[in-house]
Amino acid sequence: MIEALKDSEAVVIASGSCGAMMSVFYPQLFSGTPHEAAAKAVAAKCFEFSSFLVNKLGVTDLGAKFPHKVTFHDGCHGLRELNNKRPPRELLAKVKGLELVEMGAAETCCGFGGTFSAKFPAISTAMGDVKCASALETKTDYIVSCDSSCLMQIQGLADKQKKGIKTIHLAEVLAQS
Amino acid sequence: MSAPATHFNEDARRVAPDTRHRGIIQTAMGKYEVVRDQRKLWFQDWQGARNLAARTKFEAVNHLDTHLAEFARNIEARGTKVHWASNAEQARNIILGILKEQNAKVIVKSKAMTSEEIHLNDAMEHAGYEVVESDLGEYIVQLRKEPPYHLVFPAMHLTRGEIKDLFQEKLNDAPSDDPEALTMVARRALRKKYLQADVGITGANFAIAETGMISITENEGNARLTAALPKTMITLVGIEKILPRLEDLALFLPMLAVMGTGQALTCYNTMYGGPRQPGEADGPEEYHVVLLDNQRTTLLADAEQRDALGCIRCGACLNVCPIFRNVGGHTYGTVYGGPIGSVITPHLRGLQQWKHLSYASSLCGACTETCPVKIDLHHHLLQNRRNASAPTTGKPSFFQKLAFKIFAPIANRPGLWSLTTKLSRIGMKLRGLVNGSVVDPAQAWTKTRDLPPIAKQSFREWWKENK
Repeated sequence: MIEALKDSEAVVIASGSCGAMMSVFYPQLFSGTPHEAAAKAVAAKCFEFSSFLVNKLGVTDLGAKFPHKVTFHDGCHGLRELNNKRPPRELLAKVKGLELVEMGAAETCCGFGGTFSAKFPAISTAMGDVKCASALETKTDYIVSCDSSCLMQIQGLADKQKKGIKTIHLAEVLAQS
Repeated sequence: MSAPATHFNEDARRVAPDTRHRGIIQTAMGKYEVVRDQRKLWFQDWQGARNLAARTKFEAVNHLDTHLAEFARNIEARGTKVHWASNAEQARNIILGILKEQNAKVIVKSKAMTSEEIHLNDAMEHAGYEVVESDLGEYIVQLRKEPPYHLVFPAMHLTRGEIKDLFQEKLNDAPSDDPEALTMVARRALRKKYLQADVGITGANFAIAETGMISITENEGNARLTAALPKTMITLVGIEKILPRLEDLALFLPMLAVMGTGQALTCYNTMYGGPRQPGEADGPEEYHVVLLDNQRTTLLADAEQRDALGCIRCGACLNVCPIFRNVGGHTYGTVYGGPIGSVITPHLRGLQQWKHLSYASSLCGACTETCPVKIDLHHHLLQNRRNASAPTTGKPSFFQKLAFKIFAPIANRPGLWSLTTKLSRIGMKLRGLVNGSVVDPAQAWTKTRDLPPIAKQSFREWWKENK
């Protein structure tokens, strides 16, 4: 991966979790190996999607239109490893017709956690239930997030229990016109 | 799988879906979060306070040897007997020795997680002593013959109705389920015990090196009675509880109260510097301090995770942990539950036995974000995973090795990856026939969740067509 990306100008990642892996954990993972310098170089030019738009390009208004009430789920790694609380909200604020209603548990883990979700399905499911309950309280049409893996967990759980929750990635919202 | 791991999995499967349990914990924690956040605002600069606390504790831990010697010298100068215990057995024997010497019969105790750690109550009861916990929550779980559920709130998993029934059954005294009335029941029972007790045993929140003092934080006044009324007082304290200077308490007492219970300060904060001095009206005639290592020095030797010794046992990481909030305190099967317990238990009791706790985490980082002394909790869980499966320090499981032997060559070759995606689209269709059932290979996921179909077109394929 590092080799493949070493000549890129910037690496944009539509996932806070993958973004954290590459920009925070790659340097640690390859520390003391021949790839250390390259890993650090790649890490420095990795951007989570919303952070790339807002922090790197300085763009918040993409002219998108999405006439719905939505709530936002902060993926843990985007939030806590990349400190990415603000950029997705700045982007959503500029979407025409969109109203953001924050849920109480916006910063609570959805319960996905990679292999954790399959190794400890009961705990993962309970965490997802807590997330869905909080999202439902907002009475919004969509849950938006920067992480497809969180959305897969939330949507999968909601569909199985027929909760009538719809999830959508931030990039998909911004692509609507 | 280790026995503790099997126990954890069984209990987690039972407790996590229990919506009644979840409701009790969510309600209690919801109230805690509100007051905690209000009190945090009373600090001029909360992040600055955390930085200072982390630095102070790290300095204390890095010079533990000199601070401990200073503490012992200063507290001994006022007539306290200091004992050094390398492990649980030594600590038990020291305390049992003191009880025997004092010809004690009744022991009253205030809250001490270190005593849970060395199974002190069992040892004392086995030796024929009557032991009474004086902290209300601890008293309740003692009557239920249960370990504490939480570092700070031992009985938070119980409703007042359950406590009323318990008091009725065990004490034959429970006028109503009103919290005040229930507290009075416990107080009536406990007051007698303070007067009967020959020895009082306490834990400690901090040990001040500079002045040789034990600092105890509490809300019920029970620790003060435990310390003041019996003729002999014993304090059992982990060696990591050292703070270098008296003035450090100006930061740590409010910090512990805010993060522990959402109070600006707890109702009682007392410092104990020795037995009753000549001319003093009260206090114990003899004072013993037992300094407990019990593998703390093993953790100290780990340069990567030694900051975990800075823990002030406020319980804040448990309170925000979505795992703790769903599986509850007893599921861990450890003395110290929640994130801090998952980090330190492998160091205190063996990595292979307790590594499952490091995997039972989504690594969300809420614990690290809240920890007042900035212990890098969730990254330590990741390091425990690494250490548990590294060929040099641990044992990678057969399936783990096999899975990555298959995954790595596919993930490293774009052609193979794209072929696998295409095959998966067919696989998904076939799997649909057994979706969610026991023969479904993805059952761990699909029993409670649907699986989205793999996209008809990958981004790479879309890009080729549209660029």
